[in-house]
Amino acid sequence: MNIQADYNFAYLDEQTKRMIRRAILKAIAIPGYQVPFSSREMPMPYGWGTGGVQVTASIIGPDDVLKVIDQGADDTTNAVSIRAFFAKVARVQTTTHTGEATIIQTRHRIPEEQLREGQTLVYQVPIPEPLRFLEPRETETRKMHALEEYGLMHVKLYEDIATHGHIATTYAYPVKVEGRYVMDPSPTPKFDNPKMHMSEALQLFGAGREKRIYAIPPFTDVVSLDFDDHPFEVQKFDKPCAICGAEAVYLDEVILDDRGKRMFVCSDTDNCESRQAAGHRGELSGMEAAQ
Amino acid sequence: MSDQPLLSVNDVSKFYGSRVGCRDVSFDLYPGEVLAVVGESGSGKTTLLNCISTRLEPTNGSVTYRMRDETTRDLYQMSEAERRFLMRTDWGFVHQNPADGLRMAVSAGANVGERLMAVGDRHYGNIRETAIDWLGRVEINEDRVDDQPRAFSGGMRQRLQIARNLVTGPRLIFMDEPTGGLDVSVQARLLDLIRGLVSDLGLAAIVVTHDLAVARLLSHRMIVMKDGHVIESGLTDRVLDDPHQPYTQLLVSSILQV
Ligand SMILES: Nc1ncnc2c1ncn2[C@@H]1O[C@H](COP(=O)(O)OP(=O)(O)O)[C@@H](O)[C@H]1O
Ligand SMILES: [Mg+2]
Repeated sequence: MNIQADYNFAYLDEQTKRMIRRAILKAIAIPGYQVPFSSREMPMPYGWGTGGVQVTASIIGPDDVLKVIDQGADDTTNAVSIRAFFAKVARVQTTTHTGEATIIQTRHRIPEEQLREGQTLVYQVPIPEPLRFLEPRETETRKMHALEEYGLMHVKLYEDIATHGHIATTYAYPVKVEGRYVMDPSPTPKFDNPKMHMSEALQLFGAGREKRIYAIPPFTDVVSLDFDDHPFEVQKFDKPCAICGAEAVYLDEVILDDRGKRMFVCSDTDNCESRQAAGHRGELSGMEAAQ
Repeated sequence: MSDQPLLSVNDVSKFYGSRVGCRDVSFDLYPGEVLAVVGESGSGKTTLLNCISTRLEPTNGSVTYRMRDETTRDLYQMSEAERRFLMRTDWGFVHQNPADGLRMAVSAGANVGERLMAVGDRHYGNIRETAIDWLGRVEINEDRVDDQPRAFSGGMRQRLQIARNLVTGPRLIFMDEPTGGLDVSVQARLLDLIRGLVSDLGLAAIVVTHDLAVARLLSHRMIVMKDGHVIESGLTDRVLDDPHQPYTQLLVSSILQV
């Protein structure tokens, strides 16, 4: 990233930040509603989280502490570059610890550690429109939101069950926010959906390419759509994390060798490391010690 | 049939710029009554149907409808939300081209179930069971419930469209050339099916057709359009057996010769 010496605090000019803040305030006032905004060019390609970066740039102040995750990890290329970007253009302190951060920008996960009042979770969203799958016309999807016509959302879930015998959607699983707007938490796993419900933290969603911002204010009702006879369920993992032994957390599958040996480990690297520091061990830790 | 009209069309006109779509059309439709709108291509049938069914705002005139709660409402004074709700509950619309009335990329079962889900049905098992029941009533085998309409013949698609519309128990159904574009033998079977369903369910219907045989088979009453105007109307048997207007006489004699 080639950033000139005379950039404004947090890269965006104050005019633009005000425009984005107005969109954010409107989004907070109408939970789950997609507010259009004029997305700016950022010094990174679309798909790298330009929507999330613009939201973060508009809300961040010199005293904020920033954490950035991609999947659940702080050390992936995308997370590292966004963190470095803000360290440079806003000179803010950064962290990998969920508990220390005031702003957490994320691409796929909600941290395992419960978020607190005063924290803000900023999501990078590729496709904000949950109805897009079955209704390609923007004029029509807007009307459906306006008139609260959400039958189509259940058509998608119906098709899932008809095809797979159960609701097979595992990512971008649609939710209804505060009993009104249907919203796409994309692309988080449905495992994280329950964490959005009544969260103490403010949740902001930015879609750069599609030029939309939406929000879930703290303590908002967030319900995953389902059928009475096929209720919403989160993924369950057969084993605990191989490294820290955590249960009821989201695990990633890791291939260990070319003979197909696999293990499941925490997707949230910070949570895993904190647990290890506190002395928790999984089955692999023992093996490593033996080697 | 009740003595109160279900639908009243009052002096409806639609102009496309200076061109006449339809002009000064008035009629009443009673519960359970089937009205055919006939006329040659370009006579204004589709324009009129769209004006009545709130798909196209008329330039002048009004359309009133007696709701399920017995209140009579001016359709164009209703909010868009109310109109759209009416369209997917108490009304049906069968398009000439099934692709306009179906979701081609979702299964037959979901096509039929969509209206149920739209009005809040949240039990997958019940929705599917109802969908299968409706497929049966339009002579589509249960084992096609998970197939997409893309894999269906023209006649099957049209029957699926009918099932999708009837699943919420509407009282009024609009059809625009429902058998157009189908083979003659397929047409005959579809017409029989429509006639059976309409009479079993006591549906009111407005059927647009250029085919007088369709009007004869399905409708109680008919109106004949020419250049956007209604030039003759009356009981179907009377109009076809004893047409008063020279234009209607011409239409009738032209099919009798075939
Ligand atoms: N969208 C439109 N714009 C302009 N003229 C139209 C439009 N739709 C229909 N018309 C004209 O209105 C008249 C009636 O058309 P239409 O209602 O389609 O007749 P029908 O269904 O009987 O064939 C025709 O002259 C037609 O060319
Ligand atoms: Mg027509």
